Amino acid sequence: MNTRRFVATLAARNREFLRDRMALSWNILLPVLIVMGFAFAFTSDNQELFKVGVKGKPPEEIGFLTIQHIKFIPVGDLESSIPKVERHQLDMLLDLELRRYWINRTSAKGYILEQLLTASGSALNKQTVSGKEIRYVDWLIPGVLGMNVMFSSLFGVGYVIVRYRKNGVLKRLKATPLTPFEFLSAQVVSRLWLIIMVTSLVYAGTDIFVGFRMHGSYLTLLLVLALGTLSMISLGLIVAARMANEEAANGLLNMLSWPMMLLSGVWFSLEGSPPVVQQLALLLPLTHLTDAARKVMIDGAGLWEIRWHLAVLTVMTALFMAIGARTFRWE
Amino acid sequence: MQPLLEVRQLVKQYRDVRAVDGISFGIEPGTCVGLLGPNGAGKTTTVEMLEGIIPATSGEILFRGRPIDDEFRQSAGIMFQNTALQDYITVQETLNLFRSFYQHTRPLDDLIESCALGDFLNRDVQKLSGGQRQRLLLAVALLNDPEILFLDEPTTGLDPQARRNFWQLIHNIKSEQKTVALTTHYMDEAYQLCDVIAIMDRGRIIAQGSPEQLLKSHFENSVISLPFDHVPAALKESCHLSLHRRNSQVEIHSNDLNSSIRSLLEQGVSLEQMQVRSPTLEDLFLELTGHELRA
Repeated sequence: MNTRRFVATLAARNREFLRDRMALSWNILLPVLIVMGFAFAFTSDNQELFKVGVKGKPPEEIGFLTIQHIKFIPVGDLESSIPKVERHQLDMLLDLELRRYWINRTSAKGYILEQLLTASGSALNKQTVSGKEIRYVDWLIPGVLGMNVMFSSLFGVGYVIVRYRKNGVLKRLKATPLTPFEFLSAQVVSRLWLIIMVTSLVYAGTDIFVGFRMHGSYLTLLLVLALGTLSMISLGLIVAARMANEEAANGLLNMLSWPMMLLSGVWFSLEGSPPVVQQLALLLPLTHLTDAARKVMIDGAGLWEIRWHLAVLTVMTALFMAIGARTFRWE
Repeated sequence: MQPLLEVRQLVKQYRDVRAVDGISFGIEPGTCVGLLGPNGAGKTTTVEMLEGIIPATSGEILFRGRPIDDEFRQSAGIMFQNTALQDYITVQETLNLFRSFYQHTRPLDDLIESCALGDFLNRDVQKLSGGQRQRLLLAVALLNDPEILFLDEPTTGLDPQARRNFWQLIHNIKSEQKTVALTTHYMDEAYQLCDVIAIMDRGRIIAQGSPEQLLKSHFENSVISLPFDHVPAALKESCHLSLHRRNSQVEIHSNDLNSSIRSLLEQGVSLEQMQVRSPTLEDLFLELTGHELRA
C-alpha cells in the first residue's frame, strides 16, 4: 500500500463526486423529499380507526367489542404491547383474562375509547401509561436514511467502477504502478466519508423541518451508519469486480436494491409478515442497518443492545469485501 | 547493439481467432518502430502484449534482455487507443493524479510546455477537443519519463491539422532519443515518424524494414495512373505491364518510365489525365497483401 497513490486516487474520486452536481443534488434531495412527503401525508390526522389491542378470549359478551370503526387487534403478550400504547401505536390495550386495560394519559383517542368502554358497561381495571407518540415519520426516518445509504453505496461504487471499466479508465490505471488494493480502498473510503457527510446533512436538514425522535447516542448511531455503509459498499464491490457492461450492472444493482428496500422494512414493519419473509430479511444488510438505527433513535438503545446487528454487519462486510477484492479484474 | 525490447515467436490465441501468429522483432534504443496494418491485423493485440496489459499465449517479450515485470511498468509510457480519463477533474489534476503513481517523474512545467497543454490546464477533461485530449493522454504517457513509449493509433480521428501538430510532438520526443513503438493504419504517419516499419496482416508481419528500403525492394521507381476507360481491354490482359485497378484508375508500376510510356503510346492509349508519382506505403501494402488498407 503506497499512501501517496492511495491519497491521490481518493482525492480525485472525491472531486469527481462533489463536482457532479446532478448526482450530488440527487443524493441529498431525494431522501429529504421522501421524508418531507411522508411527514406531510401522515401529520394530517386522517386515520379514522381506533386501534385496540386485545389479549385473551372474552369470557362473556362484551358490548364494547362490537362497536364499529374500532380495529381490534389480537396481541400475544403484554410486554411488547404496552410500549405500543406508550408510543401511541395502540390507542388502548385490553387484557380480558385479568380484566384490565391500558391507555396513554396523553392520548386523546385513549380518553375517548375509555369513555366508550365505560358506557358499554364493562367493568375493567384501569391502568395508565404515558409516553410521547411515535409518529410514522419517526419510525420512517432511519429507514429512509438507510435506503439512501444503500442506493448511494451500491450504485456509487458498483456502477461507477463498471463504468470506469467500460470506458477504459481502469485500463489506463492498470498500466500504472497503482495496485488494485490501493484503487479499491480509495473507492471505498471516498464513498464511505461522502455518504456519512451526505447522511449527516440530510439528517440535520430533515430534523429542522420535521423534528424527529433521537433518544440514543449520536456516536452509536454514527457507528451503525458507518458499518452499514461499509457492508453495502462491499456488496457493490462484488458487482463491480468483473462486469464491463453498464446496463447489465444496472439491472443487477436494481435486482439487489429493490427487494432489499421492500424486504428490509424501510416503509412498513415486517411484524405481521410471514416468518419466511422475516427470516429472509435477516440476510439483508439493510435490515440490520435500519433495525439498529431504529433501536438507537427510538428506544435509545446502546451498543450492547444492538450487538447482534453490529456483529452481523461486520461479518457481512468482511465476507463481501473478501469476495469483491479477490475477484476484481481491471479489465 | 542489443535491442531495448525484443519479441520472439509471440502468439495470441483467442477462442477461435489467432490474433497474433508467431511474430518476432526487436526495437533498437532511440528508434521509432511502427506497426502498420489494417484494422484487425493484430496491431493493438501485439502492442498490448508488449505493454504487459494482456498476457501472451506463447512467445517471449524481453525488455533489456529480461522478461517484463513491475519495474517495466515504471519505465514504460503508454497511450491507449480508446481510453477515458476520470470525469469532472481538470487537466492539471489529471496530471497530478498520474504523477503520484510513479517514483520518478518529469517536471510538470516541462511536460505542459512540450505537449502544449498550457491553454487549457484548468479545463474539465470532458470538455477537451480531440487533439487536446490526445495531447493530454500523451503527456500522461510521458509523465514517468519513460524509456520506451507505446502509442496505439495516436492520431485516429483527429483532423489533418491536429494530426500534423501531434506528429511534431512525436518528432520532439524522438529527438530526445526516446524509443517509440507506435501502431497506425495511416501510411503517411508511418512514413513521417518511423525509422523501422513492420507491416502486419492477419496476425503476421509480412514485411519489415525502413520505409525507403521497403519501397525500394518492393517497387520499381514510378507509378503511372490513367483513367480506366483509356486503357484497352487487350492491354489490361497482357502481362507485359504490371497493372492494378484502383477505383476508376488503372495504375502501372514501372521501373523504366520512358519505355513504359512509349509502349503505352504504341498501343494507342491516350495519355490525357495521366499522372506519374512515386510509390507510397499505400501501394506497398496493396502489393503485399493484395487488398487495400481498410481505414
